[in-house]
Order: sequence, then structure tokens, then C-alpha cells
Amino acid sequence: MLTLTSPVETPLHRLPAGAKLAALALFTLILFRLSTPLPLAGAAALVAALHLPWERTFATHAARMLRPLWPFVLVVALWHLWTRDLNGGAVILLRMVTAVAAANLVTMTTRLSDMLAVFEALARPLSPILPPRRLALAFALVIRFIPTLSDRMALLAEAFRARSPRQPGWRLAVPATLAALDGADQAAEALRARGGTD
Amino acid sequence: MERDLTHIALFAALVAILGLVPQITLAAGVPITAQSLGIMLCGTVLGAKRGALAVLLFLALVAAGLPLLSGGRGGIGVFAGPSVGYLVGFPVAAFVAGWIMERTTLPAGLAAGAASVIGGIAVLYAFGIPGMAIMLDKTMPEAAMLGMAFLPGDILKAVLAGFVTQGIARMRPGSLLSRA
Repeated sequence: MLTLTSPVETPLHRLPAGAKLAALALFTLILFRLSTPLPLAGAAALVAALHLPWERTFATHAARMLRPLWPFVLVVALWHLWTRDLNGGAVILLRMVTAVAAANLVTMTTRLSDMLAVFEALARPLSPILPPRRLALAFALVIRFIPTLSDRMALLAEAFRARSPRQPGWRLAVPATLAALDGADQAAEALRARGGTD
Repeated sequence: MERDLTHIALFAALVAILGLVPQITLAAGVPITAQSLGIMLCGTVLGAKRGALAVLLFLALVAAGLPLLSGGRGGIGVFAGPSVGYLVGFPVAAFVAGWIMERTTLPAGLAAGAASVIGGIAVLYAFGIPGMAIMLDKTMPEAAMLGMAFLPGDILKAVLAGFVTQGIARMRPGSLLSRA
């Protein structure tokens, strides 16, 4: 399965994941303290500058990840044009786009396994109720079962189309849920046969 | 123990798969996906605790960098965007839907439909709309206006969650963990 990590290797990829997350947390905290457009524009320029020294595909990948924000940008921009509060609109939009872009930058430069390792480390204080090995196994199970369930859905859809000229659509919801339940029972049996989770 | 773990993991995968199903665009140009159906089903099929854990597991993998949210979104960025309230509300929605499912003695389908409306819509919106109001610096009614665009699709999905849960109750009564 594809992750959102950028295939373009940058020096940022080599920084430890925990440090990047801590820096992101601090940066976001500061962003939400700023309430005038100029410092926010500076922060936005800083994040943008971190995208540019690398191959161009890196920046276009980042731009693509910002696309789901455009409807919100449009609504807020129109709203603030209507109320003639351009300053307020600029603050909201700069802050939103910069915060999301900075977080995306961390995602793009951190491998999935490194990120999961940070999560597992963060969950360590919970180890009496959530043993670290069980959490790691849960992550692995989901990653393994997404393509399996997805193939199963494709088969179900094809079987449906062989019987009917209509699109399967919502009719797949019940068999998909059944597939998940059956998969869970089989995986549980297989885990038990191999000595359980811990 | 193993069975709890695998059910939580498989339903986290199911929520992801349902987000990949192509979006249908309603008349007003509002995209609807089956992802929130997955959240509802986590609660109504797995029950409160397991359902909420399945959703949390799903969100952890999204944050870690898998593009599993509807529309191929993912990464930490989605938690900094205007829809963050909905993401925070997801596990709570599954928990409330599961809790209602566990507490009522209504027939499974009816209970699941009601649980999905209360958990998957009322509770979810109670997080999502204030989230948008804060992130976009708008008043509650203004944010609610934006959020209401998704209401027709979500009602449809709550009804569907009721039918799916009823189907499970009929075909795999032992697997309806919320009623076990």
C-alpha cells in the first residue's frame, strides 16, 4: 500500500521522527498564538521555503496534499470579501494552510515505520493495559488486512456485476462487513494456534 | 483476547476500505463516502469499547501517514485542518453508538439505526461543527450551515447501518459483539 511519505529523499528524511513531531507541535502552538497577517505570512514563507530546495516533484506532491483545503479556502475567502474583513480572513487562511502544510511536511519526510515506532513509544506508559506488542500487532494486522479486504470487495463487486446490470454500490455493505467479521475470526484462530498475542 | 484484537483490527481496515469506495456526489455537489458508515458499524457491530478502539487504531494509522481518509487524505496534516473536529468525534461517535446498542433491547436493526443517528450524526456533529467554528473562526450557526450540507447523506448512511447490522444479526448472530 502507498504511504504519503515522499519518495524524493531530502535531508529532512534523516532527522529523527520524534524530533520532527516535537518541532511541529511547537510550531503549530506558535501559529495559533499569532493573530496578525504579517508574522503568519513569515511562517508560511518559512514552510514554503522548506519545500523548494529539493526536486520539483516534492513541492507538487505537497501542493496535491493541500487540495482538500481549497473548498474551505474558497468559502472563507468569499465570506470575508462579503463582510469586508480582509485582515481577519488573511489570518484565518494563512494560519490554516501553514499549519496543514507544516504537518504534511513532517508526514512527507517520515517513513511509516518510524512514525509508528514513535506512537508505540508514546503508548509505553499505557503498557499495563495495552502491551506494546499487542499494539504493534494491531498496526500490522490492519496494514495487512486493508489489501486483503479490498481484494475481497473487488471480487464481490465483480460477482454482483455478473448477475446484474446495475452497479453494486451500497449492496456490498453487508457482504463487506461479513468478510471483515469472518476474517477476524480466522485471524484470531490463527493467532491462538501460534501461541496468542503476547 | 485474540478475538477482540482481530475484530478491532479488521474493523479499522473496514473503515479504511469504505473510505476508498468511490464517492457519490449528491445534487448540491457535496461528496458522500461510506467512511462514516464504517464508523457507525464499528459501534453497532463491535459495541462501545471495541468500536471506539477500532476507530482510534484507524486514526493512528492515518496520522502515521496512510492516505486512508475518504478522498485519499491522511498524515498529520488532517489533524491541523478544519475537519479535525470530525476526526476527534469519530471514536466518540462509535463509542456512543455502541453504548446505545448494548443498552437497548430493541430489535438489532432498529437499535442500530437509532444508535447511528444519535452516535454517528448527533454526537459526531457536536464535535465537528465546533471544530470548524474554531478552525475557521466563525460563529457556531455559520459553521453549522457548512456542516448541514452532509446531513442528508449521513441520514442515508445511518439507515444503511441499521440494515447492515440487522443483516449481521440474522446471518452471524454470534459475531454481533455489541449484543453478545
